[in-house]
Amino acid sequence: MLTSFVLFLPIIGGLLLTLFPGSRVSKWQALILSCVAAGASISMLTGFDPNAGKQFGIQLQWLPTLGVDFHVGVDGIGLVLLLLNNLLCPIIILSTFKQTRDHEGLFYGLLLVMQGAMTGVFVSYDLFLYYIFWELALIPAYFLVLLWGTGERSRTAMKFFLYTLVGSLLMLVGIIYLGVQQETPSFELAVLQSVQLSPSASVLVMLGFMLAYAIKIPVFPFHTWQPDTYVQAPTAGTMMMSGIMLKMGLFSIIRWVLPLMPDALFAHSSWMIWLIVIGIAYASVIAIQQKDLKRLFAYASIAHVGLIAAGILTQRADGITGAVLQMVAHGVNAVGLFYICQVLMERRGTNDIASLGGLRQIAPWFATAYFIVLLGTVALPLTNGFPGEFMLLSSLFERYWPWALVAGTGVILGAVYMLKSYQESMLGAPSKADFADLDGIDKLVFLPILAAIILLGLLPNAIVHLVQPTIEALVRY
Amino acid sequence: MENLIWLIPTLPLLGFTVLGLGARSLPKGMAAFIGCGMIVAAFLLSVGLAGPIFSGESLSQDLFTWMRGSRWSVNFGFQVDQLSWMMMLVITGVGALIHVYSAGYMHDDERHNYFFAYLNLFVFFMLLLVMGNNYLLLFAGWEGVGLCSYLLIGFWFSNNEYNDAAKKAFVMNRVGDLGFLLGLFLTLTVFGSLNYSELFAEGADLEAYGSTAIFTAITLLFIVGAAGKSAQIPLYTWLPDAMAGPTPVSALIHAATMVTAGIYLVLRSLAFFELAPFTLNVLMWLGLATSIFAATIGLKQNDIKKVLAYSTVSQLGLMFFALGLGAYVAAFFHLVTHAFFKALLFLGAGSVIHGMSGEQDIRKMGALRKVLPVTFIVFLIGTLAIAGIPPFAGFVSKDQILLAAYEHSPVLFALGIGASLLTTFYMFRLLFLVFYGQSRADHHALEHAHESPLSMTLPLGVLAVLSVVGGFLNWPGLMGGNFWLQNYLSPVVKEAEKHHHISHSTEWGLMGLVVALVLATIFLAYQKYISKAAVPAEDANEAGVGKVLNQKYYVDELYDAVFVKPTQALSAWLGRIFDPKILDGLVNGTGTGLVAFSSAIRKIQDGAVGIYLFIFAFGILLLLAFQFLF
Repeated sequence: MLTSFVLFLPIIGGLLLTLFPGSRVSKWQALILSCVAAGASISMLTGFDPNAGKQFGIQLQWLPTLGVDFHVGVDGIGLVLLLLNNLLCPIIILSTFKQTRDHEGLFYGLLLVMQGAMTGVFVSYDLFLYYIFWELALIPAYFLVLLWGTGERSRTAMKFFLYTLVGSLLMLVGIIYLGVQQETPSFELAVLQSVQLSPSASVLVMLGFMLAYAIKIPVFPFHTWQPDTYVQAPTAGTMMMSGIMLKMGLFSIIRWVLPLMPDALFAHSSWMIWLIVIGIAYASVIAIQQKDLKRLFAYASIAHVGLIAAGILTQRADGITGAVLQMVAHGVNAVGLFYICQVLMERRGTNDIASLGGLRQIAPWFATAYFIVLLGTVALPLTNGFPGEFMLLSSLFERYWPWALVAGTGVILGAVYMLKSYQESMLGAPSKADFADLDGIDKLVFLPILAAIILLGLLPNAIVHLVQPTIEALVRY
Repeated sequence: MENLIWLIPTLPLLGFTVLGLGARSLPKGMAAFIGCGMIVAAFLLSVGLAGPIFSGESLSQDLFTWMRGSRWSVNFGFQVDQLSWMMMLVITGVGALIHVYSAGYMHDDERHNYFFAYLNLFVFFMLLLVMGNNYLLLFAGWEGVGLCSYLLIGFWFSNNEYNDAAKKAFVMNRVGDLGFLLGLFLTLTVFGSLNYSELFAEGADLEAYGSTAIFTAITLLFIVGAAGKSAQIPLYTWLPDAMAGPTPVSALIHAATMVTAGIYLVLRSLAFFELAPFTLNVLMWLGLATSIFAATIGLKQNDIKKVLAYSTVSQLGLMFFALGLGAYVAAFFHLVTHAFFKALLFLGAGSVIHGMSGEQDIRKMGALRKVLPVTFIVFLIGTLAIAGIPPFAGFVSKDQILLAAYEHSPVLFALGIGASLLTTFYMFRLLFLVFYGQSRADHHALEHAHESPLSMTLPLGVLAVLSVVGGFLNWPGLMGGNFWLQNYLSPVVKEAEKHHHISHSTEWGLMGLVVALVLATIFLAYQKYISKAAVPAEDANEAGVGKVLNQKYYVDELYDAVFVKPTQALSAWLGRIFDPKILDGLVNGTGTGLVAFSSAIRKIQDGAVGIYLFIFAFGILLLLAFQFLF
């Protein structure tokens, strides 16, 4: 029941909010709803047994003739992603509190629907149900960019929508193909696992799934929708997309591809990993000379999530554990980084690096917060970025060491672009123009982020403890 | 006492937290007191462990599981053996002196409290590096000290040149760190563990797991990391630039402690290195080359701190040389004595700079021995120690390295002497130009010239004493000593069987030869800089070899042309042309092509997202209707 509650609370609450677009209190309503969802998710932790597989499950017949069930629940990995989603959402909503915009009810309603849809992706055990949530999450994201974005937003939103939708259609074909293999159609994970596909069919289905995920995550060379979308989306939308939504793709590889098509994936993972690790170096190099801070962070994100994807594709326990750790770390850090962009935008009206600078002296709290998020991003040990990165690179090394070498350039280049942009936007002779240091809301947003950066750097084991049994049961190689 | 091991690194961390959060509210005196107090307390706690350490025990304390993979795990846990204990004493002991010194040196800086916060954080990470009981904690300390180095080199961040130097240090170290990380991955892959206790357990048969090739690969990768942190060829160029930081930082981080982490890493991993003779050879030649190379640059530098920086690179090279020779104890011994006399020299230089209102160019000094008498005396002691005059600390440790070189081959011995004579020359050049001859300072600086306060001269005095007597730590048997350090370290550092084919008379003879050559070199420097009162030329007037040395062999320019510029150009091209135009153009082209194709055959759809959404929503409604109807 608890799973269904955290799933439908934001969706229904969000839909209700959209009915009153002009309401001025919707931000408070959204915050309260997301906090309730967060509280409920935390309470799931208390009764959770890492060794017991799927828990808090509920299975109801939905469309029996089609073989579609409403089947939700959480295993260790699902729970961690659920927590990430539901704990970040209140922070993201809080991050908008100083802003006013048209149709606030619609804005916050869409945010909540998106949150709920993403929860749906993380908890679904029925492939068809999963697909509905997968596509449902896209709709609010599209409208967030279209209605509240900047620049060429309608073109960007359209491209984002079409690109990811087209990618997903092949997955849909694969889903239906998988579902009708039984005498009575079924989309149940457990049932699908017993389906024996011919090797070639298995490869085709796997490629269909992977294309959808490669675009969603995104990994090189399917990433070109991402920089424009991240830059032009309203910051809360960027946070939702980079902090949580892209993890849908990464999570889905673990949830569906690894158990259903492990051999097909293994047979093809070599060239995929090559493509991804080259993409890591590629995106890192591009980030160095970016002039806009938000775009720089967007490219950095491609590099970071590429490493996560590569680690999952090693199909080794440490790679997947590292991937889960890094999904959480990346989510936290992405929200931190894009909030930094927002603080700068709010006070200076620009994210253009060259027109910033000299802020450290006059805004020391902001400078400190920025620097700590930076440390997490460059994966300094004892921050949240390190344990995951270490395990990901280590698993790549173990399978084929040249991958770790190529992906490892991201370790060096990451320091280059992060320190360079920090230096140019924050250091130097004190700026003459005013710059207010962090206010109350800023501190409320940064505090949990910074705490998570340090705590997860010291105690990554808290997460490993939750996911390791699930992962051990998953890996075959 | 043994249960309080965790407190030793925690105290500086606590100091950092308090000072960092209270940076703008704490009065300076209080901040300095907290900063110094934490380090002194950590030093005293370390001293308190002397009992079990001297009786040959190794102490350990595990706090919690830090990281865990499917078949390995590492604890956040500490191990104090003879090697790490000596490092802890150097870090907290020299560290405490430098903290006290900083109270005077940084007194007028507006960010005084931040300085102490960062310095405390540095000590925390450095202690983590030497106290951790596994490679992963060592790596955490390793990167952490790099972070503090970054923060302190760029301490005066209004100056973008300093910021560039800080960034360069961090990035260059990251290059080394990647090598180190790959070495750790290989270790983990082959041995399935990163804990010292498992890897190097008594009687553990490493060779049963790995071939010589494996050990060679692991150790070479470790060397890449060590070359970054300890400023060896080819990753040394960050260290001279790091002199942008306040002088106490140069003394503590960039001379006495952090840059010796590479030597610590090798000593910690001796079991691996012993099985990789090829790596030891690389280490030997790399160290020797760095030592000579850096010393030649030192001949033509005119910034008092830059001279000392190249000297540090050179001395670290000497330590690696010793490690490569298999003279592990001599290398560590030199690490300790170097920490004393190089910290002394840097702090002495700081005292000069402080007294001369910030002047660092030795061409604008001269005759300062009358104005800064205390500084002069301690600087002289430091110079004698580094030059290798008996019985100063540097003499004893360097002599043991040279002796090991002689045992290997007379050629290596000669090259080693060459490096140390170069050192002698530029150090006396520095001493003479700063403290002797005619004053070349401008009147303004000279009028305000003053000896430093007690908080600065006191640590100088203590370090001077250590630079004199430090050699007795491992006083050679030849001169009535008993190689105390060697015996003390024997539970951790087991040297290959001592060769005894050098007779006492040869040993005396070699020692005499070295001392005579050193004295002759000092005389040469005296001739040039005192008798002839030569003053180094302006940089622009240097020519020939002198110019090449003055310009540091143009290595920075080379790296800029080979690595930095091409990367920037590639970044600009990929980011402005390839990614948005070509790759994205391909995607857009596919999109428009499909649309054109489909509209050509069926003019139904116009690419409107609205229609897709409508179909999607309709589909869901259909499904729901389906459910209710059937």
